[in-house]
Amino acid sequence: MSFLRYSWLIAVKDLRAELRTKEAVNASLSFALVILLLFSFAFDPTGEQTREISGGLLWLVFAFAGALILNRSFARELSNDCLDALVASPVPGTALYLGKCLANLTLLLAVELVCLPVFGVFYNVRWTHRFWPLMLVLLLGTWGIAVVGTMFSALTINLRLRELMLPTLVYPLLIPALMAAIQLTTGLLAGQPLAGDLTNWLKLLAGFDIIFTALALGLVETVLVG
Amino acid sequence: MSAVTAEAVWKYYGDYPALRNISLTAEPGSCLALLGRNGAGKTTLLRILAGLSRASRGTVSINGRDVRDPLTRRGIGILGHGIAVYEEFSAYENLSLFAGLYGVKDPHRTALAWLERTGLEKVKDGLVREFSRGMRQRLALARAFLHKPAVLLLDEPFTALDDRAIAVLQSLLTEARAEGRAVILSTHQLREALELASHVALILRGSLAYAGERTAVMLEDPGWLYRHYGEG
Repeated sequence: MSFLRYSWLIAVKDLRAELRTKEAVNASLSFALVILLLFSFAFDPTGEQTREISGGLLWLVFAFAGALILNRSFARELSNDCLDALVASPVPGTALYLGKCLANLTLLLAVELVCLPVFGVFYNVRWTHRFWPLMLVLLLGTWGIAVVGTMFSALTINLRLRELMLPTLVYPLLIPALMAAIQLTTGLLAGQPLAGDLTNWLKLLAGFDIIFTALALGLVETVLVG
Repeated sequence: MSAVTAEAVWKYYGDYPALRNISLTAEPGSCLALLGRNGAGKTTLLRILAGLSRASRGTVSINGRDVRDPLTRRGIGILGHGIAVYEEFSAYENLSLFAGLYGVKDPHRTALAWLERTGLEKVKDGLVREFSRGMRQRLALARAFLHKPAVLLLDEPFTALDDRAIAVLQSLLTEARAEGRAVILSTHQLREALELASHVALILRGSLAYAGERTAVMLEDPGWLYRHYGEG
């Protein structure tokens, strides 16, 4: 069986499990919407300053809400020792990891795509102005969060304080990706084209994704088996 | 070629040696019972043989190949302390998922056949979280055996099984041995293990105290092995 077929089976399994329980998505979405709502009270929605911080606000919400999804990624395998069955199966560790990344990416994007229109209404921001470039940034930024978060979800699986440890370990590593995503999102929401300085941030974001995907794929077997 | 070979295996947890220089083999068609008290190292050894943990020193191979090779893993069936099935999936979904992961040719038909074999065909669409303990255990047995593995690694397989599950397990193990598959099982239940086993390995505090054929004396007096080679 091909590597991608294994990844697909794992991703479908995780998505089906999440759709049945909805435990991570419900928590993540509720958290994201509450934060967006609360911050909308703190800022003047018509102000220019609001648009300037919009990228930062969005990506901090996505990162914090994302931790709730990422925490469940490997933790769901603890019940009944399902992780042992997966690690002992012919599924390569890299395919298992990639499948989980794909499932997390899908769930994170789903939460983000619900949050964006809500953000547009609460903050009076026209977010569809540069729709496709914004979707590209969303995809690359979310992949960065998924790649690093899924790896640390595997690393922290046996820790008692894993819910706390995962964000503590992940956020410092995500700084370059978040910085790039914030700059790009702020620029695109302000109506700037994806050119000039924004291209450099896009390269940084894509580079982050490539480096951390390669690192994670190289290390995951050691993380899973020791 | 032996189905399972462990050569001079050591496993350290920090400075503590959980396994000390363990060497053993299991031949195709044999059933090796790993015996030993709690904490002796049986589960640690089984996890290394299953590729779930790496030996600190020494080598382990299944049919002459590295245990972490995906091709090797296709031929291993494990049953650990947990049932290793998903609570939020139905019995059928669990079995078809694992059949797919093991590259079984027709996952759908295989899952249905194993549900019938384990007496779960009437509840095939029921979620595992709604199953009784006995039903979960039979599902776990189906999950471990459905890809017809050449090597079966079973950790305390009789623990907390109901009568029906014990009957299913005994028939599966008898069939597996008749088909030339190797079985390694760890257990505290001496009588059941010795009745099934063709070979015995006694582990005491991480060291191999005895490894060899199961003899008639052991069957007549299950405590004999501990008295002669163990701590009495």
